[in-house]
Amino acid sequence: MQRRIYFDNASTTNINPEVLKSYKQLLDQYYVNSESLYDEGTQISRMMEKARSAIAGLLDVESDEIIFTSGSSESNTSAIKGVCFACPEKKHIVTTNIEHSSVLNACKQMEEVFGYEVTYLPVGPDATVTLQQAAHALRPDTALVTIMHVNNEVGSINPIEEIAEYVKKHSHAYMHADLTQSMGKLEINMKNIDLASVSAHKLEGLKGSGILIKKKHVPFVPLINGGEQEQGLRGGTSNAPVNMVFAKTLRLAMENGRKSHDKIEKLSRMLEEGLRAIEGVEINHPARHIPSTVNFSYEKIPSEVMQNALNRKGFMVSARSTCDSKSDDPSYVLTAMGYSVKRASSCIRVSLSSANTEEEVQLFLKALKEIIEQYG
Amino acid sequence: MVKYDTVLIRFGELSTKGKNRKDFINRLYGNVKYMLRDFESLEYRKAYDRIYIKIHDEDPEAIREKLKKVFGISSFSFTEKVASDLDAISDTCYRIAAETDKKTFKIITKRHDKSFPMRSDDINRAVAGRILKNTDLKVDVHDPELAIRIEVHREDTYITSEKIPGAGGYPAGINGKVLLLLSGGIDSPVAAYELMKRGLMVEAVHFASPPYTSEAARGKVLTLASMVSEYQGHMHVHVINFTDLQLQIYKTAGDPYAVTLMRRMMFRLAERTAKQVGALALGTGESIGQVASQTLESIACINDVVRIPVIRPLVCYDKVEIIDLARKIGTYETSILPFEDCCTIFDPKNPVTKPSVEKSEYFESQFDYEKMIEEALAASEDIVVSPEKNDEDFL
Repeated sequence: MQRRIYFDNASTTNINPEVLKSYKQLLDQYYVNSESLYDEGTQISRMMEKARSAIAGLLDVESDEIIFTSGSSESNTSAIKGVCFACPEKKHIVTTNIEHSSVLNACKQMEEVFGYEVTYLPVGPDATVTLQQAAHALRPDTALVTIMHVNNEVGSINPIEEIAEYVKKHSHAYMHADLTQSMGKLEINMKNIDLASVSAHKLEGLKGSGILIKKKHVPFVPLINGGEQEQGLRGGTSNAPVNMVFAKTLRLAMENGRKSHDKIEKLSRMLEEGLRAIEGVEINHPARHIPSTVNFSYEKIPSEVMQNALNRKGFMVSARSTCDSKSDDPSYVLTAMGYSVKRASSCIRVSLSSANTEEEVQLFLKALKEIIEQYG
Repeated sequence: MVKYDTVLIRFGELSTKGKNRKDFINRLYGNVKYMLRDFESLEYRKAYDRIYIKIHDEDPEAIREKLKKVFGISSFSFTEKVASDLDAISDTCYRIAAETDKKTFKIITKRHDKSFPMRSDDINRAVAGRILKNTDLKVDVHDPELAIRIEVHREDTYITSEKIPGAGGYPAGINGKVLLLLSGGIDSPVAAYELMKRGLMVEAVHFASPPYTSEAARGKVLTLASMVSEYQGHMHVHVINFTDLQLQIYKTAGDPYAVTLMRRMMFRLAERTAKQVGALALGTGESIGQVASQTLESIACINDVVRIPVIRPLVCYDKVEIIDLARKIGTYETSILPFEDCCTIFDPKNPVTKPSVEKSEYFESQFDYEKMIEEALAASEDIVVSPEKNDEDFL
């Protein structure tokens, strides 16, 4: 059996054994509907609310500002549509041109189906937008500013807190931050952020689980209609055990994030240095990036071929965002950074976790050199 | 309720086979048993011109679906077996008639045992008379809605109201083995089906070019193979790594001749694989004129490198006819999954449509392909696929 090495942690993560253990126990035992009025139902409801309040505590928001969702794609879509539909007099949205497809496609739909105007702020070569750009784009009829904290392909870091502060001070727009790639890796102050998206499966949690943080003062129209679950903001029988373990998932991710930061940074540096030493390899991630995300191109070998070759040697990596992995187009993130189509069509993303080792990084560099020698 | 307890299988193209009749029946009998091997309580009986299967408690619907895919069967029926006695026969026929919502009927009797005291026509009359007297059904001898068939044998009589068309053709494997060039496209799985239908045992050879083609593309080919393997039980797929030859061909000949040369190499590899596995012919899914490598000139130039016969069952089919067949055998949806052309590097822009043997040979003299062919054959993988079963634990 070939040794398989997982370098795709920005795509999804393994499940933390602690989380899995709790989940199994909960799943076995707590099957009744959390809305039911008998003892068992109220017990589950109480436990879920305890989890909600633990999550709120970790993020420094109120309990009733946490809405359980199916993950970040739902949280992002709901944030955009939920706020815009609740402010019908405003018809403008501000975002960036390197957001996740769930944000970009929701914005596109708001334009095409609902007649909104969307300003897509172009990122600079470092894959971020500036406060000035965001400030300049604001209009009296801006309903929402939605910007990702950390980019999923190149790990660039937007000045999200600064932008949020400005938006709150100088406009009536609401501020949404996609924290999918930054949670557990960067500290964030939620003070000026009105809405935020977090996904469990990027944090060694369960797939199909996430939260939308929505501050109390934010008007919101539910996308999924149903009963009174989640304060009537997200219908459907609560996936109680899944929601309950989100609390543990988040707590452990935050703790481990602090503990493993230095280790990942070291691995990342080692990887980047090794990549720079290979002739023809170009680093795509900007100087300021989260260390777990490393992005490079070797222009003579297109992404798909390189991925196949790495796969055969036992390495699991991505090229573009995994959500767009079936498309042949060059990475829109890299093109937005100003890179050529060729470079954007040959990018590879390596995303590290604390479980990766120096040996794995060395094996990767060795395999890459062999592939380049053979097919380059 | 009429309880159909016995499947009666009628043979396909048997009349033309004269002295090979016994082989035909034995092979078909073996194939039927193999195809139904998951139904453990079936009881088989082979007779001169029929196969009988007592179904006991097995699921008739599942058996019906399997039998529809066995080549060599002209038709089959689910029958009720009764004693060869007029009262018993008439009782069962009457019950079938009483349970139906059809309006017209006809009785079709066939006496395999001429010692039965009544002639077929007399049996027809006696049974029909009882049905006419006791139900609202009317006789229609030309186009009846309900045809009740009575097959009288010495001991037992088989009665049925349904004749299910079989897949026709010859029992798989009776006419020898062929090696099919299998890609992930629409045509070659259909070619496999057509070859099997003529009683050939099909093995496949597939050329993969990792890392330019992905594991998913290879998986798709194996899935297609497993789908068509239903018609013969299982299938060998020989996967040959073609990357080095492909790269060398591009390096030597460049774009226009690349596809011609690649096909010539594939034919050479296939011919040698065929020798190794005892296949007497190659099969392909080629259809005249469909792409540059399938013009008559291309076919001639490519065929030039082998002496083994090449069977091209789809050679005169239109694309729409091939697609219809692919849909019928269930491979179409998988064939169009977008894996095959995952890599655009080897997508030639100006492939030659009238290649010449001389020019091809000139390019081939530029490198030592013999050695590369030997290496590719030595590393070839033999994978056996069977129809996929959805019995994984999580399901």
